[in-house]
Amino acid sequence: MSRAVALVHRISGIALALFLPLHFWALGRGLELQSFLPWTEQPLVKLAEWGIVVLLAAHLGAGLRVLAIEFLDWHEWQKGLAAVAAALAFAAGLAFALAL
Amino acid sequence: MSVLDVKVWRGGAEGAFQAFEVPRHASQTVLDVVIHIQRALDPTLAYRYACRVGMCGSCAMTVNGAPRWTCRTHVDKVASRGKLEISPLRNLPIVRDLVTDMREFFDKWSRAKGQFSGTRTRGDDFAQVPPAGEKRKAADAGIECIGCGVCYAACDVVTWNRDYLGPAALNRAWTLVSDERDVATLERLRAVSGDAGCHACHTHMSCTQRCPKQLSPTAAIAGLKRAVASAAIEGDL
Amino acid sequence: MSYRPQTTLWLAQRVSAAVLGLCVPVHLATIVYAVRGGLSAEEIFARTRGNHAWLAFYAIFVLAAAVHAPIGLRTIALEWLGWRGRSRDAVLTFFSLFIVWMGLRAAIAVFG
Repeated sequence: MSRAVALVHRISGIALALFLPLHFWALGRGLELQSFLPWTEQPLVKLAEWGIVVLLAAHLGAGLRVLAIEFLDWHEWQKGLAAVAAALAFAAGLAFALAL
Repeated sequence: MSVLDVKVWRGGAEGAFQAFEVPRHASQTVLDVVIHIQRALDPTLAYRYACRVGMCGSCAMTVNGAPRWTCRTHVDKVASRGKLEISPLRNLPIVRDLVTDMREFFDKWSRAKGQFSGTRTRGDDFAQVPPAGEKRKAADAGIECIGCGVCYAACDVVTWNRDYLGPAALNRAWTLVSDERDVATLERLRAVSGDAGCHACHTHMSCTQRCPKQLSPTAAIAGLKRAVASAAIEGDL
Repeated sequence: MSYRPQTTLWLAQRVSAAVLGLCVPVHLATIVYAVRGGLSAEEIFARTRGNHAWLAFYAIFVLAAAVHAPIGLRTIALEWLGWRGRSRDAVLTFFSLFIVWMGLRAAIAVFG
């Protein structure tokens, strides 16, 4: 289970690192932002946005697990941390989908 | 099910699986299966074992994809549908068939400064170490390692980066960092924090999951990370 | 001597992770709030234009990400691509500076 969470952490990290330049480029278009935004209404783009939100939440959850293992005293509840990571990702994805 | 279909790795890095049919018995272990193959079916099979009662760690092999002590693995537990696939431990060079070359495993133990350094002589009194002290409890949690190599074989980071010191060497280093009698702590912390040292652990925890003695190298490595960071922040490193 | 750079990188990664651990929930909550009823530039700008607090928040967020992402990619480059040495570190340093530049530029663009 820990191995799976660690791999999710790694894959989501790669995806987010690749997404960042694109994100900053879009925002940096400042004044032209309003003309750019209708493009983001397309279903495929919304799906990709939802995917990014889930990946961000998953990366955060998995990262909190790493910090807990490395900095807090060892206990059996590390398995619970994997569940926390999954729950966070699920919650964020759900909230985003409901808000759309 | 009175017969097992067993595939066994033959050869070195290049090789192939050879198939055998082995009679199945109650309470049979995977080691029983390997011994039967070599004694009754193919005497050229190379493999290692010694105590056969779960104390020495010599019989460690990959069984249906997972590293295990074959003498402590009941066939009933792993051979669903009567099939077994047996190959040598991962991440180690293969000598022949099921036998691996463990030299790099023990060399890394040494590179991680996994040896005790003390200053007391036989003329000094015994060191007084409270067993319930935090440091001693930390050392005791990892001290039972017998160097079987299962954790090393389970570790993805060793597969991805062959320089990685690995869970066993780092676990041993932590037991010594936690040993208040040892005087080489700083040297040891430097040894474990180079390229491919404790920082390369990504908490996959395959080592902890598979250790036949229920040790947790992940916890030991986390301890090393904290100790190294403290030493660095205090300017000692 | 490589114990010092490895230790520094590890510490930088964990410290930036802690900072991001605070920034990301705020960012996620903002996204979920902002996306209700559709995204519009006016709504975004209404929040961010001339707002020094948001500018400071995004600047810190960008800097933390610019530390965190390249260090993570460094490990992956070694373990999955077998990439070592100066060329890898040079490319990642460039990527980090690129993120700082693009990120601060974006933060300033929405600040106005």
